Amino acid sequence: MTIAESFDALDPVADCRPWPRRAVDAAMWSALAESLADGARTLLGLWGDQSSVHMALLGGTSSVAIASLDCVDGGFPSVAAHHPPAARFERAIRDLFGHRPIGAPDERPWLDHGRWPDSAERAAQPYAFLPAIGEGLHQIPVGPVHAGIIEPGHFRFTANGETIVRLEARLGYVHKGVEGLMAGSPLARAAKLAGRCSGDSSVAYSYAFARAVEAALGVEIPERAIWLRALMAELERLANHLGDIGAICNDAAFALMLAHCSALREQVLRANAACFGHRLMMDAIVPGGVAVDLDARGPHILRDLVAKIRKAFPRLVELYDNTASLQDRTVAAGRLDPGLAARFGCGGFIGRASGRAFDARRILAFAPYDHLEFEVPVLTEGDVDARVWVRIREVEQSLGLIEQILVRLPAGDSSTSIGEGSGEGMAIVEGFRGDILVWLRLRDSVVERCHLRDPSWLQWPLLEAAIEGNIVADFPLCNKSFNCSYSGHDL
Amino acid sequence: MRRILFESLLRRPLTEPAPALDDPELRALASEMKTRIDAFFGGSLSIRMVDAGSCNGCELEIHALNNPYYDLERFGLKFVASPRHADVLLVTGPVTCNMREALRRTFDATPSPKWVVTAGDCALKGGVFAGSPAIVGGVNEVVPVDLHIPGCPPTPTQLLKGLLALTRGPRGSSPSG
Repeated sequence: MTIAESFDALDPVADCRPWPRRAVDAAMWSALAESLADGARTLLGLWGDQSSVHMALLGGTSSVAIASLDCVDGGFPSVAAHHPPAARFERAIRDLFGHRPIGAPDERPWLDHGRWPDSAERAAQPYAFLPAIGEGLHQIPVGPVHAGIIEPGHFRFTANGETIVRLEARLGYVHKGVEGLMAGSPLARAAKLAGRCSGDSSVAYSYAFARAVEAALGVEIPERAIWLRALMAELERLANHLGDIGAICNDAAFALMLAHCSALREQVLRANAACFGHRLMMDAIVPGGVAVDLDARGPHILRDLVAKIRKAFPRLVELYDNTASLQDRTVAAGRLDPGLAARFGCGGFIGRASGRAFDARRILAFAPYDHLEFEVPVLTEGDVDARVWVRIREVEQSLGLIEQILVRLPAGDSSTSIGEGSGEGMAIVEGFRGDILVWLRLRDSVVERCHLRDPSWLQWPLLEAAIEGNIVADFPLCNKSFNCSYSGHDL
Repeated sequence: MRRILFESLLRRPLTEPAPALDDPELRALASEMKTRIDAFFGGSLSIRMVDAGSCNGCELEIHALNNPYYDLERFGLKFVASPRHADVLLVTGPVTCNMREALRRTFDATPSPKWVVTAGDCALKGGVFAGSPAIVGGVNEVVPVDLHIPGCPPTPTQLLKGLLALTRGPRGSSPSG
C-alpha cells in the first residue's frame, strides 16, 4: 500500500459530513499531491484555515474526502510543485491567511493587489507577468475595465501579428472579502452572502451553502423543498445557457441569435419572478428548505414556459447548425485539449465539451437527481462549437427535468427549523457553470469558517491554454464560450 | 433563417412600452439634470458601464436592457465601449479596494459634462458587503454620484426608469467634473 492509498484507511478527524476529513502529515500531503499529478485523484479544492490548509479530493469516480494539514512555522508543502492546477489556490491562501506554500513554482500574490489596508508588502510590487520572448512579439494589455457589460479582470496578451502566443489573466479585482465576512456571521446573513458570490449562480450557491449547513447540523429537510431546489437550479441553468448561446453567437457578429435567445431568457426570468418572487431567485433557497413555495399557479406558468421554449428553441438550434458563416467562427476555435481538462478536473460545459464526463448531479447523485432521468452530454472536440452544443443539449435536458419535477413534486412543508448547533459540513452542487463546492464549520449556529469554491478556479487557467494560436479578434468569442465567473473566483 | 426573419416581420414586436416614471424621489432627482442633458446631448446619452466589484447580478439585468422586451436604444440610450465616448457612467458594486483606481481613472477618462449613475444596493454603502476591509464601501467615496437606482439587483424596469428619468424628467443642474 502506498502512502497515498493508506490515506483512505485513516480515521476521520472531525465530525465532517457527509464526506470524511482526515488529518495528514507533510509526507502524506505531498504523496496526495503526487497522486493528483499522476491522475489517481482529482483536485476539488484547496483552501486555508486559521492555522491549517485543507484539500478536497475526488478519488476514483465518486469518492470524496478532505485532507487537512497543520501549518508548521506558517508553511505547508506546495501542492502546485507537483500539480500546477493548485497554484492559484495556494497563492490565494497565502494572500488571505499568510500560510506559505513551500517549494511553490509561483510565488506571486494573486488576490492581494497591494490595495487592502492589511496588504502584504510584497503585493505592493509591480505585478510581474510571465515573459514571452521572441522576434516580433508585442503585448496588448486589456482591462480591468472592459469594452462590454462584463466583469473586471486584466488580460495580458502577447501576440505575433494577429496570433496569440501567450495569454495571462490577472484576476482579483472584484475581491470583496466574502469569506472574511462569512466568519462570525449568523446563518441568515451568511446565506445572503453565499447567494451573492456570483449573481448568475445565486441559486446554485445558496443550494450548496444550505446543503453544507444541513450536513453540518444533521438536518433533514422536507421532500418538497428538495424538489423545489432542483426546480430552481434547472431554471437557473436554463436561463444562463440560453443567454450564453445567444451571447456567443453575438460575439461572432450573429446578432439574430442573441435577439431570439435573450427573449427566451427573459421569459424564463419572468417566470422565475412570477413563481419565486425574484428574477434570479436570490435568497429563495435557505438552510432548512426554501423561503418561497410554489403556489397553485406556479406549475401552469412553468409548463407554459417549457412549451414555449420547446417550440422556439429547435428552430434556433437549426439556425445555428445551418449558418456556415457562424460555424466558420466557432468550429476549431479555442480548442481545449481533453488531457488538460481532465488534469485540471475542469467541470461544467467546458469539461464536458472536452471529454470530461463529470456532472455532480450524476456522479455524486444528490437528491432529487438520483430519482430523475437525464443525460449528461459529453463531446470531445473541445472547441467553441462543442461548448455551444453541450449547452444546447443541456437546455433540452433541463426542460425535461423541469417537466419531471413538476409531475413528481410532493405536497407538504417547504421548510423546517434547522435548530441550533455546531458541526462541519460540505456540499457539492452542479451549477450551470460547473460544480460549486462549499465547506463550512459552524459553532453554535454561527459560521466559524466557510469556503466557497467556484468552478471558475479550475477553468480560468485553461482559457489561457485554449486561446494559444488563435487570433486576438477571436478572444471575446472564446472567452464567452468559457464564461468564467470573475466574482465567484475573486470572492 | 428565412422563416425566422419572415415570421418576425409578421409578428407583433416583443418590445414593451416605456415604464411610467411614477417614483416621486427619482423624478425629483432626475428633474435636476434634465435641462442640462437636453442642452448638451439633445436627449440622447451614451453610457459606459463599470463593474466596481458587483456579484454580476446587476450586469445580467443591465444586459437585459438590450433584449427585445426593453430595447434601450429606442430611447436614445446606448452602451458604449470606451469612457471616452460616454456621457454617463453606470457603476455597480461596492467598489473593491482593487477596483478603486480603475474606477477613478475611468471617471477621469470620461469627458465633461458627465453624470454618474449607480445601480444596485451594494453601490450605495456596500450593501451585504458592508464592513469588509477589502471594499471601499460605496461609489460616492470615489466619484461623485448623481443618481442611484436601488435593488438587488434592480430589475430591468427599475433600471429603465432610472435611466429614462435622466432624459425625460422635468428640469436642470450641473453635471459632475
